[in-house]
Amino acid sequence: MTRRLLQGSEAVADAAIVSGCRFFSGYPMLPFTELLEHMAKKLPSAGGVCINAESEIEAINMALGAAATGARAATGSCGQGLALMQEAIAEAALNELPLVVFNMARGQQDYFQATRGGGWGDYRTITLAPRDVEEAVAHTQLLFHLADLHRTPVLLYGDYVVAHTSVGIEVNRLELGPLPEKDWALDGTMSGTGRARQIWTWARGKPNTPGPGPDRAWKSIAEKYEEIARREARFEADAPEGTEVLVVSFGTTAPFVDRVVQELRTEGMRLGSFRPVTLWPFPGDALAEATKGCRLVLVYELNAGQMVDDVRIHAADRSAVRFIGGVSQDNSGMRQGDLLAVDALRDRVRQAIAELAPSGGSS
Amino acid sequence: MSATGSARGEPVAAFKPDLLQSSEHELCPGCGHPVAWRLVLEAIADLELSHRTVLVAGHGCYTQMMKLSDLDSLQCLHGRAPAVATGVKRMLPETAVVTLQGDGDMVSEGLHEVLHAGARGERVTALLFNNGVFGDTGGHLTATTVLGQRTKTSLEGRDPEVHGYPIDVARLLAQLDGTAYVARGAVNTAGLVARTGRMIRRALEFQMAGAGFTFVEVLTMCPTGWFVPTADGPDYLEESMMSTFGIGELKVPETSSDV
Repeated sequence: MTRRLLQGSEAVADAAIVSGCRFFSGYPMLPFTELLEHMAKKLPSAGGVCINAESEIEAINMALGAAATGARAATGSCGQGLALMQEAIAEAALNELPLVVFNMARGQQDYFQATRGGGWGDYRTITLAPRDVEEAVAHTQLLFHLADLHRTPVLLYGDYVVAHTSVGIEVNRLELGPLPEKDWALDGTMSGTGRARQIWTWARGKPNTPGPGPDRAWKSIAEKYEEIARREARFEADAPEGTEVLVVSFGTTAPFVDRVVQELRTEGMRLGSFRPVTLWPFPGDALAEATKGCRLVLVYELNAGQMVDDVRIHAADRSAVRFIGGVSQDNSGMRQGDLLAVDALRDRVRQAIAELAPSGGSS
Repeated sequence: MSATGSARGEPVAAFKPDLLQSSEHELCPGCGHPVAWRLVLEAIADLELSHRTVLVAGHGCYTQMMKLSDLDSLQCLHGRAPAVATGVKRMLPETAVVTLQGDGDMVSEGLHEVLHAGARGERVTALLFNNGVFGDTGGHLTATTVLGQRTKTSLEGRDPEVHGYPIDVARLLAQLDGTAYVARGAVNTAGLVARTGRMIRRALEFQMAGAGFTFVEVLTMCPTGWFVPTADGPDYLEESMMSTFGIGELKVPETSSDV
């Protein structure tokens, strides 16, 4: 492959296809629409199937069915459509089905939806939040891998910036290591053998092959998510020794944070940045380490304050945590508003430091 | 129907279909679902689809069938089986894919999914076991509860002024260009059991021939949910449901003759 100028949605579609995605279903909704369009265009010639479903509920249940056959399957929407998909995300989790879900969100207000979910039962959704198109391409491939590795639904928290930014990029398949056989997948060949397979959230099994039942099955799934929480937390930190003010952000706001941190460092301020790459599992241990000794932990997210909860849970000193984000939506409703700007962020960081009486946050 | 017990000269009740791992079920006395499901298992075996069938089952009493049958099975969310089956069949086009839902599952919760699967012409066989009541929850009104029928949520009988009218989903499906075969049978008499078995078999044959979406509704007894004596189930079905839901093939591919 050669480097091409691609819109983020097309690059993500290419990444899904090189990952082996062979089933995609979706219901058009901006800014997810272009991903669906690119999959509809590209997937058939790759030997796959793309369906323009009649609702988000249909879309995710179709993808769940495809995943049950062992195929790599994906669906997506933006936060509003994801709201309709919550039941099936939980179902996939408790059926231990690998499924990739793209949230090309209209902003950053779906953090709770992604990390807490709205389905039923004890389940979690591994969620990666890319900072830009390049990372979204890598995350897409990683998500298909993690979904198969852990047999769980996974989420890409993208947004308008990821979906609509065009970049020069080469999408190559990443080698991510071996995966277990999908011996649980249904293809009908075990029917009539006396050992037919079953996928059922209650896991009660069949007379010849009794299952563990809901109590044992759900305990085992809960333990799996504990293991994932220990193994899969990812983050990016730029917090040198002596950092006094740490700015925490996720997704496409992070490049703005990096810029402001670099600028204010030249003025002598001891600033650092921290970004959870996985929103779940939240890299709590790493955040605790990075916030040690910080006088201020500033949380910049474009919502009414969602990730700030996780930061308060894990920060070394929760009294140092300040929320400097806020609801900020473009008038189209499709993307972030005025607060996604270097000037606005710089002002808020300066103000927070100034309010830190008596000596300020700088050295 | 060469493989049925009666054809082998055995009492039907003594003959267990090969695709049933156990006949020990938890369904109520007088329930019509077991005989209806037996017809499905016999048809799959007769058509030599035993090693190439996936069952996609919804939520309800018939979840029992999924548990007992020797079929690769996926139990899915209430109402969503036709959407789930779409994903299964598109990935396994040579495999027989059968969905099993009750009237609450398919017609109340999942009308959207079944109609769109029909319109898309998904090459699956969708089965509706219609007893006009939520049996599993204990006798509540569904979208197919007939006028006048008493349930725990229509205590004086279904009144169109209060509860609206029942939906004939077979008739809706028959109108869609994507559907190839639409039929309605029942299991309240021996004759209808045999005829319904032929309908299910034809539906599977048309599925495997790639004709389009195939659908068989089976009217089944639920004396528990109807609050009638067990032995009255078959007659009650005829008296209450059959005037609303007529028996027969509503749609067959043009080159075929009726059963």
